[in-house]
Amino acid sequence: MTSAALRSRAWKLLELVTTPLLPSDYLDLLSPLRAGADLRGRIEAVHQETDSAATIVIRPGKGWRGHVAGQYIRIGVDVDGVRLWRAYSVTSPTSRADGRITITVKAIPDGKVSHHLVHRVQPGTVVHLDQATGEFVLPAAKPAKVLYLTAGSGITPVMGMLRDGGLSDVVMVHSAPRAEDVIFRKDLHDLVADKALTLVERHTDTDGVLDLAELETLVPDWAERETWACGPTGLLDAAEEHWASRGIADRLHTERFRPSVVVAGDGGEVTFGKTGKTVEADGATPLLDVGEQAGVLMPSGCRMGICFGCVTPLKAGAVRDLRTGEITEAEDGVLVQTCVSAAAGPCELER
Amino acid sequence: MTAIDPTAHLTDEQIEDLGRELDAIRDEVIASRGEKDAAYIRKVISVQRKLELTSRGILLFSLFPPAWLIGTAGLSVAKILENMEIGHNVLHGQWDWMRDPKIHSTTWEWDHVSPADQWKHSHNELHHTYTNVIGKDNDLGYGIMRVDEDQRWHPMHLGQPLWNFINACFFEYGIAAYDLELGKNLRTKKRRKDPEFRARARAVGRKIRRQVLKDYVVHPLLSGPSFLTTLAATFTANLVRNLWSHSVIMCGHFPEGVAVFERRSIKGETRGQWYLRQMMGSANISGSKVMHIMTGNLSHQIEHHLFPDLPSNRYAEVAVKVKALFEKYELEYVSGSLPKQVFSAWHKVFRLSLPNRKPKVKAPAREKELVAA
Repeated sequence: MTSAALRSRAWKLLELVTTPLLPSDYLDLLSPLRAGADLRGRIEAVHQETDSAATIVIRPGKGWRGHVAGQYIRIGVDVDGVRLWRAYSVTSPTSRADGRITITVKAIPDGKVSHHLVHRVQPGTVVHLDQATGEFVLPAAKPAKVLYLTAGSGITPVMGMLRDGGLSDVVMVHSAPRAEDVIFRKDLHDLVADKALTLVERHTDTDGVLDLAELETLVPDWAERETWACGPTGLLDAAEEHWASRGIADRLHTERFRPSVVVAGDGGEVTFGKTGKTVEADGATPLLDVGEQAGVLMPSGCRMGICFGCVTPLKAGAVRDLRTGEITEAEDGVLVQTCVSAAAGPCELER
Repeated sequence: MTAIDPTAHLTDEQIEDLGRELDAIRDEVIASRGEKDAAYIRKVISVQRKLELTSRGILLFSLFPPAWLIGTAGLSVAKILENMEIGHNVLHGQWDWMRDPKIHSTTWEWDHVSPADQWKHSHNELHHTYTNVIGKDNDLGYGIMRVDEDQRWHPMHLGQPLWNFINACFFEYGIAAYDLELGKNLRTKKRRKDPEFRARARAVGRKIRRQVLKDYVVHPLLSGPSFLTTLAATFTANLVRNLWSHSVIMCGHFPEGVAVFERRSIKGETRGQWYLRQMMGSANISGSKVMHIMTGNLSHQIEHHLFPDLPSNRYAEVAVKVKALFEKYELEYVSGSLPKQVFSAWHKVFRLSLPNRKPKVKAPAREKELVAA
């Protein structure tokens, strides 16, 4: 018998001892970060970056498989006793010696999780994690010339890339309302001093919002550069148009932090098959919210349609994508993102 | 059925006002659920698991009488906590709002021979909806006892004190049996053969097998030379837990002063009337904080029946407001110490094991006679 088979046999025996619980239910009490546990992390420190942004230092559990610069993680935090999941970019370099990771969070208006993480969370708190994911990363073959086009908290995935280094010619155009709102301002200027970065810092309160036509003077060779853009919807929509108009859309990589368009239609009766709950939903409320309000245990993540942490089998009926208005009908194996889908007539989810 | 309707003095309007006031109490708790409540249930779960582990650890040496005593006492308490303050309440969905998949009514399984999903159906849906309605609420006498003068007497009822005692000793099996509605489902061949019933029966069989294997085979075997004494210990702990939970649950709906209802009385019931039925159909147990926790806060049975899905740690504060409403609407809030309520409930079991006397005499005189016997 292989050692893996032996281990699984031993585990089965242990389950006979702990039934109806699992051995892990007891082990979690003693060691929530151990190998084999659900992935968790312990917050070790919170560093204030600006008035409304902080970097959270997390010691991930043994199961952490590492990340690629630019990727994000889903993090589950208990706020007022309720487990809420959000996605945040990893801002630490991949080579960090102590194995800790950091995320950097900007408190947004009415943002329950972001406010909690920036202003309230205490070191020692155990949080729930998912492995890093995301396509907003540098390719294995490093491009010769890079442009980072960012605004506000859109700087966070890019900071992870900057800290990883290894690029010879990097320009960054970053917008924020004022100098004191620029997250990582000191780190950026340190990189400039080391000649590792050319920085165009735009303070929109005084200089106005960046018009992409200005790139011609700010970064004359912008069109030759492989570009990574992250920031508010307006900036990304404009960038996509601008790059496309020059016929170089393939050189632009974007990451969105908000769903872009909201298309609402008629709602319908939503049935949660496993829990047997049925509720009436309108055509504008995401099914994720509908389920949570009905007390159904819904998986969730970014709540903006990027992370796929909420996907759920659609067993019957139809749903509408709130970003595009596109209708998805139930079929075997059809999964829908509940955070950006609303009922389009009666439908049934497997929850 | 209580001969005099204790709610006759209330107008329909008053009953709906009462319902609105109770809704407000509920809304207040829901709006203020938070971190402290989450910390409470996690603490109880953590204490329970550590207590169970420690007790079972000590029982590995149960050959030594002090180890047997301490281990058995600890395991009994752990099993009571697991069923009452944790299992029962988690399965009610009291903690679902935390959105923690590990403490959720849809994922929880408990240390009990009745599988969680079957128990949730018969308890949450049937018992809590049809509380104390004769013929609808299986908890009422568990289908083997006569619990009200208006129920027809049958010679079988002579044995009901004995049935009730046996049910108390093996309470978890009794619950599994009535979650399966064994009485009804074994009666006809058609019902016995029903695939849905058979699937549920198999699920109970599997659950019993695992529970028995754990308590009466695996743990005794792990104890080596202490095999027999550990076996006796786990049996005792299960017995203690069964007797305890049976007593607590009897105190919830059986003591004198609690009303039962006829099937037709709940037709077209409004929310206010439903609340009123829960108020009149339940009884509380008074006692210390530890006592409340050990009963799974079912000592606040009235509040639990009004708001089955509010977190159990909040029933004590809710009780103050609910009691004030009982006074305002001139209703009787049935409550008493555990010994008093257990006595009262058993008293009723004995009294109703005999046919009603004709002509009706006053109850107290009859009670004295029975106690003397």
